[in-house]
Amino acid sequence: MQANMVTAINNALDLGMQENEKVVLLGEDIAKDGGVFRVTDGLLAKYGEGRVIDTPLAEAGIVGAAVGMATQGLHPVPEVQFAGFMYLAFDQLVNHAARYRSRTRSEYTVPMVVRTPVSGGVRTLEHHSDSPEAYYSHTGGLIVVEPSTPYDAKGLMIKALRMNDPVVFLEPTKLYRLFKQDIPEDTYEVPIGKANLVKEGTELSVITYGTMVPVVKEVVEKRKLNADILDLRTINPLDESAILASAKKTGRVVIVHEAQLSFGAGAEVAARIAEKAIFELDAPVVRVGSCSFPYPFPGYENNYIPNALKISQAIDKVLKA
Amino acid sequence: MLLGVGVRLKTSIFDGNVDYLQILDENSRMDEALLPKEVDDKKLVEMYKQMMLARAFDAKVLSLQRQGRAVTYAPLLGEEATQIGSALAMGEKDVFVPAFRQHGVYIARGTPLELLLTYWRGYEEGCMVPKNVRGMPVIVPVATQMPHAAGIAFAQKYLKTDAAVVAYVGDGGTSEGNFYEALNFAGVWKAPLVTIIENNQWAISVPRQNQTASKTLAQKAIAAGVPCIQVDGNDVLAVYKATRDALASSGDGPSVIECVTYRMGIHTTADDPTKYRDQAEVDYWQKRDPLLRVKNYLTHKGVWNDKAESETVVEQARAINAAVANAEKFKPDPKEMFKHIYSFMPQTLQEEMDAAVAANYWQGEQLG
Repeated sequence: MQANMVTAINNALDLGMQENEKVVLLGEDIAKDGGVFRVTDGLLAKYGEGRVIDTPLAEAGIVGAAVGMATQGLHPVPEVQFAGFMYLAFDQLVNHAARYRSRTRSEYTVPMVVRTPVSGGVRTLEHHSDSPEAYYSHTGGLIVVEPSTPYDAKGLMIKALRMNDPVVFLEPTKLYRLFKQDIPEDTYEVPIGKANLVKEGTELSVITYGTMVPVVKEVVEKRKLNADILDLRTINPLDESAILASAKKTGRVVIVHEAQLSFGAGAEVAARIAEKAIFELDAPVVRVGSCSFPYPFPGYENNYIPNALKISQAIDKVLKA
Repeated sequence: MLLGVGVRLKTSIFDGNVDYLQILDENSRMDEALLPKEVDDKKLVEMYKQMMLARAFDAKVLSLQRQGRAVTYAPLLGEEATQIGSALAMGEKDVFVPAFRQHGVYIARGTPLELLLTYWRGYEEGCMVPKNVRGMPVIVPVATQMPHAAGIAFAQKYLKTDAAVVAYVGDGGTSEGNFYEALNFAGVWKAPLVTIIENNQWAISVPRQNQTASKTLAQKAIAAGVPCIQVDGNDVLAVYKATRDALASSGDGPSVIECVTYRMGIHTTADDPTKYRDQAEVDYWQKRDPLLRVKNYLTHKGVWNDKAESETVVEQARAINAAVANAEKFKPDPKEMFKHIYSFMPQTLQEEMDAAVAANYWQGEQLG
């Protein structure tokens, strides 16, 4: 089937609900309205208001109630309308979703998939464009995934719905309808914790994920670079072996993400390369991220997010070093 | 009623009301008419014994903490009636959701004392609440258990378990957004959730009157369209009856019971209340002790005496001491910390564990 990321996730949720009657969706405007991005469109009609629930407007309540549901054996899929509003539920994720398994020594678990749109580039109002993956990845016990293609989005969602873990599922708004792909109609899994080597090369590794994947691809293709492009897909737990394998192979690494540069996921990737592969590098690792301050108003966003030129210059830096 | 163009008489569109329930007062006078039929002398003796056990256990953990044999502890002294009365009103299938002071609820629901001690000695293994207890683990961040309780109640309905949920929150907890969000969700979902506000008058050093301008804490439920009642939280029978009645109607939706009680002791073992409250207030509440009124009532009726009391004290002390001995035998394995983070072991975590084992820096790190 031809699918963009919206229809791919919708299809995955549909198949997940068919497969497991314990899967329930809850969130603001997700039922009748199908979600503000229409990701849950049509599911109310198919599964009824008992399983596709328009909740009151309270993010901590949505995620907290989902934690409670999950402890009883349901597999809730709470949607938080935008990542910038998910901070209200941060406590529930960090203090509870992430810890229930460890603090009860697996007596209680929290199988749940928290969905939220992330990142910018689509001229939305302030607070609608955050890239919060580092906050959640810093919390062991949470799984953090961020697909960059419809195929990965569907496969990661199906996998997440079959796991007995809390998964923070970050959906890049800009990629929702950017392109279509031919994806299988049936269920299939994309493994969690495994990066995807999108393109293989020998001279350079570009490690990236989310909204930056298509931009990196464009730069590499245009410049006909002999480069590895590694799409992390899962931020936490990190696929360290794939990262090290690529870094050791090429000896030159650029890390690119849309999130703020400082203390971003790229720092973790760079640190692991420094710890375990530094003597096999031919150049210092270069990181590319957004400026190290909160996301600006949309009028300035193109000055804030890394663009093809910024990435290209970073590549020059690492190739010429 | 129109009086003229644009002039309208003020009309009331909402009339809130909070009832108050007391059955056994501080002078041991019983209002027989309000006593639930199933509560006979035997049942009341059982309630009293459970309150004694909760108090004895509490004193023991406090003493262990002072000896360095337990971690920071939040005593329940004075709140026994609220905890035991509500716990004994629950049906076998009903699930409770505690905060961090509800040791009496755990005890009355048959939780092994050893497990509670394991928690208060600082080990996650103390949160492995046996399934038959139907209780969730201790929750420390204030009121954050409330949205869970709403979700747990939703799940009972969804899974058709025929069980209800009893959640506990303190007076301070009612100031948290999570408290209101949970009531609001449960109200919209008509979820079988009974919320017990254990109003012990103090949130560490902040008294009830500085917590909210609201006259009662119960009335906070009214905004969420949830029925509520305030009860004498030091009257085990009032708490029992209110909880039982709320559970009986929980199929129709949630309710809130504010139990007016008093924290006779410290907030936790890290607290010194002489810094912020008067002894006169503590003395006032001492006369309203939840155990004393039941003991006097039962003694006056001839179903309890000093002999029964001392025998019970000895029997309970024996059980508590045995539990302490068992809990202190527990040998923690630091590798367990790594094994329950995900449903699988990520390679990066495995490496951290292996490195720690190889370095062996865990030797001699255990408490007590």
